[in-house]
Amino acid sequence: MSEQLVTTGGALNLAELPHRTAATVESVEDRGAHDAIARRLRELGFVAGERVEVMAAGPFSAEPLLVQVGFTRFALRRSEASRVQVRTLPSVEAA
Amino acid sequence: MSSTHVMRLALVGNPNCGKTALFNLLTGSRQKVANYAGVTVERKEGRLLAPSGRQYAVLDLPGAYSFHASSLDEAVTRDLCRGFYPGEPAPDVLVCVVDATNLRLHLRFALEVRSLGRPMVVAVNMMDAARRRGIEIDLDILQRELGVPVVPTVAVRRDGAHALVELIDALAPTAQAVAKPLEDHAPTQESLHEETRRLLTLAVSQPRRTAALDDTLDRWLLHPVIGLATLAVVMFLMFQAVYAWATPVMDLIEAGTGAFGEWVARVLPEGPLSSLLVEGVIAGLGGVIVFLPQIVVLFAFILALEETGYLPRAAFLLDRLMSKAGLSGRSFIPLLSSFACAIPGIMATRSIQDPRDRLATIMVAPLMTCSARLPVYALLIGAFIPRQQVGIFNLQGLVLFSLYAAGIASALAVSWVMKKWRRDTGEHALMLELPAYRMPHARDLLIGLWERVLIFLKRVGGIILALTILLWVLLTFPAPPEGATQAAIEYSFAGRIGHAMTSVFAPLGFNWQICIALIPGLAAREVAVSSLATVYALQAVDDAAATDALTPIISSEWTLAMALSLLVWFIYAPQCLSTLATIRRETQSWKQVAIATGYLFGLAYLASLVTYQVAVALGAG
Repeated sequence: MSEQLVTTGGALNLAELPHRTAATVESVEDRGAHDAIARRLRELGFVAGERVEVMAAGPFSAEPLLVQVGFTRFALRRSEASRVQVRTLPSVEAA
Repeated sequence: MSSTHVMRLALVGNPNCGKTALFNLLTGSRQKVANYAGVTVERKEGRLLAPSGRQYAVLDLPGAYSFHASSLDEAVTRDLCRGFYPGEPAPDVLVCVVDATNLRLHLRFALEVRSLGRPMVVAVNMMDAARRRGIEIDLDILQRELGVPVVPTVAVRRDGAHALVELIDALAPTAQAVAKPLEDHAPTQESLHEETRRLLTLAVSQPRRTAALDDTLDRWLLHPVIGLATLAVVMFLMFQAVYAWATPVMDLIEAGTGAFGEWVARVLPEGPLSSLLVEGVIAGLGGVIVFLPQIVVLFAFILALEETGYLPRAAFLLDRLMSKAGLSGRSFIPLLSSFACAIPGIMATRSIQDPRDRLATIMVAPLMTCSARLPVYALLIGAFIPRQQVGIFNLQGLVLFSLYAAGIASALAVSWVMKKWRRDTGEHALMLELPAYRMPHARDLLIGLWERVLIFLKRVGGIILALTILLWVLLTFPAPPEGATQAAIEYSFAGRIGHAMTSVFAPLGFNWQICIALIPGLAAREVAVSSLATVYALQAVDDAAATDALTPIISSEWTLAMALSLLVWFIYAPQCLSTLATIRRETQSWKQVAIATGYLFGLAYLASLVTYQVAVALGAG
């Protein structure tokens, strides 16, 4: 599995991820107790090991982001996307 | 009908899994649309007649991502699946619909459904699309691992539900057999994902990417410049079509109701009954039904855009602007519908999960210029604004456009003020799925349109009919005393009410005839025009004057300042009872109704006052 790949290099959040760069989800962090947004993000498929990619951004202030996770595309505002910790994967395939 | 128990099926699944298309395929036109008791979630039920001759009741449940509900829709789905929903018997079989091209997301929910331990089957929908994209699904393995029957479906093909119906027919006598035992505890998020992944690894082989077509379309349609330009063109075409395509049919309806009224007047003896039917019912309802073509064209566009998957893209493009104003990208679809009529618009806000965004959208929806205001605009612009070219534009068109623009600008301003008022700093989520692009399917468009038409016609037959008759009574009684010197209407209840109202509305330039027309406008704004016609017709001393068209009368009797003031009044036009009733139903709060009425009335009064006084000062009085 991917434990041995954990290094300090490619960890960042989804809002910081450059566009059209393959990455995998590490975790979704809760902002405060009972973060409904974080919970819903996990239900939508943002769970450890899933492939994500930022495909595009909206026309005004680069909001929202067009994020692909699995086979589904979501519009996420930056504050939502920044809850998702990701890791870029230059060549390693997700499990 | 047989007296035996009709088996109840419920379709359940993620949003965008093609559930409603499958529902349309199963039940055809045998559908009933209503609300669930006590809440404003749409309840769709239909009848399925299987080749075996058995009948089934099919319920199309609202789409849900999870039983951990984040909206009213999802809560209804959860409670109904569990059999807890008050007044709704538990479904005998849950048909869980999953999109074959999006199994990673949809299987997770299917597993959640399975954990309820109720009889269920899984319909793997859009198998044709999956095959085209090179996705291979081993349904046997999936069935074995899930432990419930799995069948393929293609909702857009005539025989696409064949396997599903056969399976249901085979299960019918022993529905309990397909139940999985109830799991001891609710599955955790982690276990659901683990299991989803395991199933995908075992049963599905798929290429990594989404369809190349979707990728290309999104590159262009979500492009900061080209995407916005495309949206503008689509909106322009839509409104162009609403006015251009609908006009011939509207003329036909107008001519038809006119001829029908004349025929009734000839056949019936002169008297109160004839007057009620011709001047009250036929003229009144005809004046409303005439908007049906525009509503049909607008909804045809909205439904088609929704089916293709374009509307969520529009929401994506506009989210930032709208969230600055205290709305959300999700508000776009309800507000767009509000250009046809605020009622379906306000009902469409149910898809907005965030309570604040939803309330803000409901509150400003009446500011979108609904098609009912169009006849008022058309009448006044035609009578007072000269047909002049201004550069390449037509002055009348420019005025109409600025009235629409004023409505939109006011909506943004009002929602912005509401946001500031609350000092709201909480976070409001977007998290909007942009589904795969799809070709709209004729059957789904037609069924959707038919539903809208029915809702509209029911409204015409109900509240509008009742108020039309009431207005006729107010205008006709009491009859003038013996030896009366003035027109009969001066002695009627409506005449007296109109005169009394002028003390409030005189600063706005409204005469008593306008004031009377404002009253039935409460029922439906469009009635204001026919009411003006009725008022001036009944006021006329002789028949020749009564048959004159309204336009020359008002252009000779009113000043430009009065016309402008009334135009501005109708941008805000608080007087639509059906809209207020819908706000009450959707918010379950009289307070919100009072706020909406108060602010709309306040804005209308103020804006008209300023318009009239400025116009008079400039010499247009």
